Amino acid sequence: MSERPTGINPLRTIGTATLGMLATMGQLTLFMLNSVSHFVRPPIYFRLIGRQMIDVGYYSLPVVGLTTLFSGMVIALQSYTGATRVTADAALENVTAVVVLSITRELAPVLAGLMVAGRIGASMAAEIGTMRVTEQIDALTTLSTNPIKYLVVPRIIAGLTMLPLLVLVGDVIGVFGGYVIGVFKLDFNPALYIQKTYNFLEYIDVISGLVKAAVFGFVVTLLGCYMGYHSSGGAQGVGAATTNAVVASAILILILNYLISQLFFGA
Amino acid sequence: MSEVPPKIRLKNLHKKFGDKVVLNGLNLDVGKGESVVIMGGSGSGKSVSLKCLLGLLTPDEGQIEIDGTSILGISEDDRDTINQKFGMLFQHAALFDSMTVLDNVTFGLFRGKGMSASDAERVAYEKLEQVGLDRSFGPRMPAELSGGQRKRVGLARAVALEPEIILFDEPTTGLDPVMGDVINDLIVKCTRDLGATTLTITHDMASARVIADRIAMLYQGKIIWAGPTDQVDASGDPRVDQFIHGRAEGPIKMEARRL
Repeated sequence: MSERPTGINPLRTIGTATLGMLATMGQLTLFMLNSVSHFVRPPIYFRLIGRQMIDVGYYSLPVVGLTTLFSGMVIALQSYTGATRVTADAALENVTAVVVLSITRELAPVLAGLMVAGRIGASMAAEIGTMRVTEQIDALTTLSTNPIKYLVVPRIIAGLTMLPLLVLVGDVIGVFGGYVIGVFKLDFNPALYIQKTYNFLEYIDVISGLVKAAVFGFVVTLLGCYMGYHSSGGAQGVGAATTNAVVASAILILILNYLISQLFFGA
Repeated sequence: MSEVPPKIRLKNLHKKFGDKVVLNGLNLDVGKGESVVIMGGSGSGKSVSLKCLLGLLTPDEGQIEIDGTSILGISEDDRDTINQKFGMLFQHAALFDSMTVLDNVTFGLFRGKGMSASDAERVAYEKLEQVGLDRSFGPRMPAELSGGQRKRVGLARAVALEPEIILFDEPTTGLDPVMGDVINDLIVKCTRDLGATTLTITHDMASARVIADRIAMLYQGKIIWAGPTDQVDASGDPRVDQFIHGRAEGPIKMEARRL
């Protein structure tokens, strides 16, 4: 055997880390392609898809509603304090424009994505990870059930479809939060507030937010499933998978959010 | 030659994880209807060989044939079809813990055989009866069951699809000797009834003697001895002797840290 270098070798550490990262990225890509290819190949488990949709969509409503409500409220408050030195009319325009733009373009999709990453991504990683380490995934294979089709595909489809719906609801609630503060605290005229809001509301803002939501829903569920599917080594491995799923989802959400914004509004 | 191909043929299997050689030229034939037990210590490559057979791992080198046809490198859909021939009892039963006992047993019947709900339920209760569990167990959750009961449910689930090949991964591990013997008897009964080919991995000699028609000893990734169960005591191989008598001293050196 050739002589091994002793002590700490920084190049070796960097090399190992790089190779590991590249391998993970490759594995994740293959996992994604494999999952997506099962979207349309029968059998399709409609009941499982439905159950996941309820879990991802319906049960996330309270968290997404609360976060967007308070975000809308705080934005109304802050954009007003920033505009105290202008006329009341200009202040109203400022508040409504900031609320409706920031909620629909950025806050509703990003906050909903992050909340769903914490709620759904984590639970998917933990559930699938536990099934992996207790050999339940292997057991699926022996019972003529493809685990990707049975476990992964319904979850990804649910994320992809439900997050835009959540964001749509979040848009409404967030703008409503701004209205509540605008009318009851800042004493704007309710009818005028709604009219201004309506004037500033553009399709492209809402649509860009929904596109983001679909992408985030895909990323969160894909990473949750991937981390769980490839977890190993018992309770500790499942814990690590859960953490990785949430952290990686959150980072990717913020990076992709920038890129999609750039794509829609950057030019 | 009009020789019938063996049900399972493992030919020259090699598998490495990093630098660690786990399978090193494993050869084994299992005839139709035969019950073969692979014995071996911890880390000898027993589980890996089963996982290769199920397609959960791909060997680096070698051939796996079922009924004379190679099953390596086939498409995912073909693999799903091949897997319908397999049933497996996992080491810790691997019951789906989000489902009731009944749903666990009917799972494969719905999906693999497309049975109606009432037929699947009838078959499932039949199989549960066979392994000594009455109807009251149907609606229970796996978490409420003891280790022995879980194994029984796992066995019922594995045989419910009436597979041609049943694999057993350490069927008696974690059970007391009496329950272990009960499970051994159930395995013999259930598989004989079906005429299934079985491959078992275990390090429990008592279990191997009950289940096996033929015993193969796996050591360092190779089969070092294989023969009928009644000849295992006269193998003439000191490594086999050491294993079946459970001696710490002998030619088998366990890979363990020195204290």
